Amino acid sequence: MRDVSIIGIGQTPVGEHWDRSLRDLGAEAMLAAMENAHLERPEALYVGNMLSGQLSHQENLGALLADYAGLRGIEAVKVEASCASGAAAFRMGYMAVAGGMHDMVLVCGAEKMTDTLGERTTSALVAAADATYEGEQGVSFVALNALLMQRYMYEFGYKREDFGGFAINAHHNAVHNPYAMFPKEISAKAFARAKMIAEPVSLLDSSGIGDGAAAVVLAPTEFALRHGLPAVRVAGSAVATDAVAIHDRDDPLFLMAAYLSSQRAYAQAGVGPGSLDFFELHDAFTIMAALSLEACGFAERGQGVRLAMEDEISLSGKIPICTMGGLKARGHPVGATGMYQIVEATLQLLGIAGENQLPDCRVGMTQNIGGSGANIITHILERVTPLSGGIEWS
Amino acid sequence: MTIMKPIREVGILGHGAYVPRFRLPAREISRVWSGDNEETPIEEKSVPGMDEDTVTMSIEAARNALRRADIAPFDLRAVWVGSESHPYAVKPTSSIVAEAIGVGPNTQAADWEFACKAGTEAMQAAIALVGSEMARYAMAIGMDTAQGRPGDALEYTAGAGGAAFVLGPAEEGIAVLEGSYSFVTDTPDFWRRPMQHYPQHGGRFTGEPAYFRHSLAAAQYLMESLGYTAQDFDWAVLHQPNMRFPTRAAAELGFSQEQIAPGLLVNKIGNTYAGSSMIGLSAILDIAQPGQRVLQVSFGSGAGSDAFSWVMTGRIQERRNLAPKTQDYIARRQEIDYATYARYRGKIQMH
Repeated sequence: MRDVSIIGIGQTPVGEHWDRSLRDLGAEAMLAAMENAHLERPEALYVGNMLSGQLSHQENLGALLADYAGLRGIEAVKVEASCASGAAAFRMGYMAVAGGMHDMVLVCGAEKMTDTLGERTTSALVAAADATYEGEQGVSFVALNALLMQRYMYEFGYKREDFGGFAINAHHNAVHNPYAMFPKEISAKAFARAKMIAEPVSLLDSSGIGDGAAAVVLAPTEFALRHGLPAVRVAGSAVATDAVAIHDRDDPLFLMAAYLSSQRAYAQAGVGPGSLDFFELHDAFTIMAALSLEACGFAERGQGVRLAMEDEISLSGKIPICTMGGLKARGHPVGATGMYQIVEATLQLLGIAGENQLPDCRVGMTQNIGGSGANIITHILERVTPLSGGIEWS
Repeated sequence: MTIMKPIREVGILGHGAYVPRFRLPAREISRVWSGDNEETPIEEKSVPGMDEDTVTMSIEAARNALRRADIAPFDLRAVWVGSESHPYAVKPTSSIVAEAIGVGPNTQAADWEFACKAGTEAMQAAIALVGSEMARYAMAIGMDTAQGRPGDALEYTAGAGGAAFVLGPAEEGIAVLEGSYSFVTDTPDFWRRPMQHYPQHGGRFTGEPAYFRHSLAAAQYLMESLGYTAQDFDWAVLHQPNMRFPTRAAAELGFSQEQIAPGLLVNKIGNTYAGSSMIGLSAILDIAQPGQRVLQVSFGSGAGSDAFSWVMTGRIQERRNLAPKTQDYIARRQEIDYATYARYRGKIQMH
């Protein structure tokens, strides 16, 4: 098994790209990553995407994006794990290089969701849940998260307003991210007054619908070291699944797949939650942010919200999350999100995150959640220091 | 490409508005459809009575315009009605209105359609007819009884009303045209097929790529070509599908809230579709002083905008009192509830 590093990144702004198609957005990110890595032609392409079939009537995305980016002939497939498709594609790319199958791999997460009317897009997103036992019973994806938030508030005694810190932090960080869809601050007052979508989930608890694509080039770490390239190595990579339907889970308020995959990733990387400099978590809804923090060991059960209330999640807090805006404010083009998290983590670790740069940033975690917790993919990324080739853990 | 100016100088000789008396408060729609007192895009909208339609409303507005213009009806060589709610798909509204107000048979009378800018397209054509000296007087009307799909966001704002304008030689006018410009692309933001009762729309796509792109392009091009900024105008009126869009577009063009206030009627009567910027213009003509300049910008889905620059003449003060003012129609108000509105608009399934 070889050590693998990210040696190039690319991303498009997240937004309502009325005049851009899925293939166009994907190619832009792919070509940017290739240029960043000085790579003419990767050996393989893994595309993370969830909705191309339902909303763009387009499958065969691996072949399509490869061809459109001028890479006709290479190995290419689409990888799907609903909203975790981006990280799933990254994992496939990682395994290809780690396992010695390929040396230069391109991974791209791309999603186009704004060319269809709200109702249609919302209905397509239910495919991330259990279609028969949840979807057909009339529950929307927002409603599922509302059930979780409602139960959480009841069991642990929180008010809606207590979740505001997650959204406020995300928006604050997005202000300095030129790729963010909502680079504007929001206030606690605005959060309290926000319109309900499915009580208690409001407009400001939920990440919005947007288009975008993000890509990276993976290569053996040894290659990066040999050529003196800025690189971020994959220290941990793990996927875990859980029951798709919330009602089938042992404990709906515990993201077991987040726990399992993060535990595996921690073990691979030889770190614990205390050694992480940041956590790009999957804040599709504020409740997901709270549950993610708990399952990954940053807070006890029912205490995840406290980290937001006590401002521990900000850039200067104990565990900075959503450092470039997160799903809430950078945006959530579902199948691409996992790749945005990885690109943003890379910016932090390479020291090129701009205004939001965390000081002396060495190791961070990204976590992409598929559905309401059915498939959770965790990566731990670490800055590569050419001199020592690794990091000493204290 | 240059802006458009007729060979002979053209002016508005008279304007006339019409708004039906019935009003449905937006909170009534919210009460029925969303159960809570949520924020509504406007306060209330006008609702036509059971015996009103685009024809009847156009006739009253046209009569008001004729009173102000003080010309003999049979001297009009065109009566052109722009609307999205012509009572017939084939059989012009315009010929019925023409005959009802004493115009004809020496007249043009086709119907116009371009969603909410059908009325201003008719206005461009009327200006051209007069400006080319093919006719001395022509009438352009924008009027609608818009139908909102029950439960749809647009139900809050689909209103009824509009205005009529007599165009003629500038020297007889209460306002003179400095120039006009139209900007049109094929942008399907909002449409209705022949057998459909209600239109469909592209949600958020109706904003930036449609309303804002065309309104701003038309306005900016006209203003730049005439060498004007917002400060050179006293008033501005834009297409008003709700309060947010025209307020934001006006600000982007550099207009103050005071400059658009007299023409911004949507909060009290709703979106009058093809009548929207036209009835806004009539409200401004009701109060503007000689020498003042007005920018009028329409927007029609599909999509496009017509922009006009008008300068008031000395004749405006004596003429405007010859017929009911726009605000008189707005003040004439009878509140109804959702059930009455459903009955008046034929939304109750009878068979």
